[in-house]
Amino acid sequence: MYIIVVGGGKIGFALSQSLLLNGHEVLCIEQDAQRNSINSKSLGSASFIGDGCEVSVLDKIGASRADALIATTGDDQDNLITCQIAKHKFGVPKTIAQINNPQNRDIFRILGVDATVNITEVIMSQIVQEMPEHPLVPVLSLQGTGQELCHVDITTNSSVIGKQLNQIELPGLSRIALIIDKNREVKIPSDTMILRSGDEIIAVTRPEDEENLRILLTGDN
Amino acid sequence: MNILIMGCGRVGSSLASSFSQKGHTVIILDINSTAFQRLPADFEGTAIVGNGTDQDTLTGANVNDTDVFLALTQGDNRNLMAAQIAKHIFKVPRVLSRVYDKNRADIFAKLGIETFSSTYIMSNMIEDIVINPETNEEKSNL
Repeated sequence: MYIIVVGGGKIGFALSQSLLLNGHEVLCIEQDAQRNSINSKSLGSASFIGDGCEVSVLDKIGASRADALIATTGDDQDNLITCQIAKHKFGVPKTIAQINNPQNRDIFRILGVDATVNITEVIMSQIVQEMPEHPLVPVLSLQGTGQELCHVDITTNSSVIGKQLNQIELPGLSRIALIIDKNREVKIPSDTMILRSGDEIIAVTRPEDEENLRILLTGDN
Repeated sequence: MNILIMGCGRVGSSLASSFSQKGHTVIILDINSTAFQRLPADFEGTAIVGNGTDQDTLTGANVNDTDVFLALTQGDNRNLMAAQIAKHIFKVPRVLSRVYDKNRADIFAKLGIETFSSTYIMSNMIEDIVINPETNEEKSNL
């Protein structure tokens, strides 16, 4: 695949390297001359100096034959606009953007950016997963479904301990996708399976049901 | 009308003052408070320090009651993003954006944002003045 990476900062650079290693044709566009010359030492001709929001630049690098464009700058407005130009002017089939301000997720989705990676949320969820006081952690938003994957620890207070899965009424559209038991064994849930203290659960839920799911599974209010 | 202007540069401040004098309710945003020095002393609108691509800032600037949103900062991408947020998230009835780059202006005009490229307007006007000096005498002294 031909993949254009807009922004040759730390993320764009590492991403370009990894895409090249996976055998893709990559072009990493960076505006800053100094940064670009550092990148080109490793990326060679896959490093390109220019403004990825400029129509003439995208034209020059053959955006119309690109399979995907990934915007990784630190500025949401630049990431949004380059994706929109790629999509509407050059017909790039897949546009992916890094989002720096979590508030902007909706506008990126409404405006047709195919996929977004919310840097702040990714870092937050990594941090929160390491902290025991957060019993329910959203892990991954399932784009386009209005649902997310989350991770829940079954704590000793939970009212669901000792119950079979088919006896537990989960809030809204919530479902249990996987159970990881005390011995770190990963199990696909079945109706007769019984939840025990210390189990970890990977569940699918809507953000609005998250709070009730947490209360049900952890017993904390 | 309730008019929300993003960017208190020369164009933004001059429009803010003019709309306000005509009796419209004007709120003007800029990320830099010193930009508000460009507003005349008798400006009756509201000046708020903040970034117009930030949804909380827009809400604080009464975007939900805005009739017209004007994006007039120096940055094309900032203007286009703010304009699209105003139009698609906050459903502001009329949204206009300055875009220096004519190519970008054309693309986003097709996506429903009213754009005007000041570079294009200026260069056309100057070209016209140079080529037809006799019919354009008054324009060069606007």
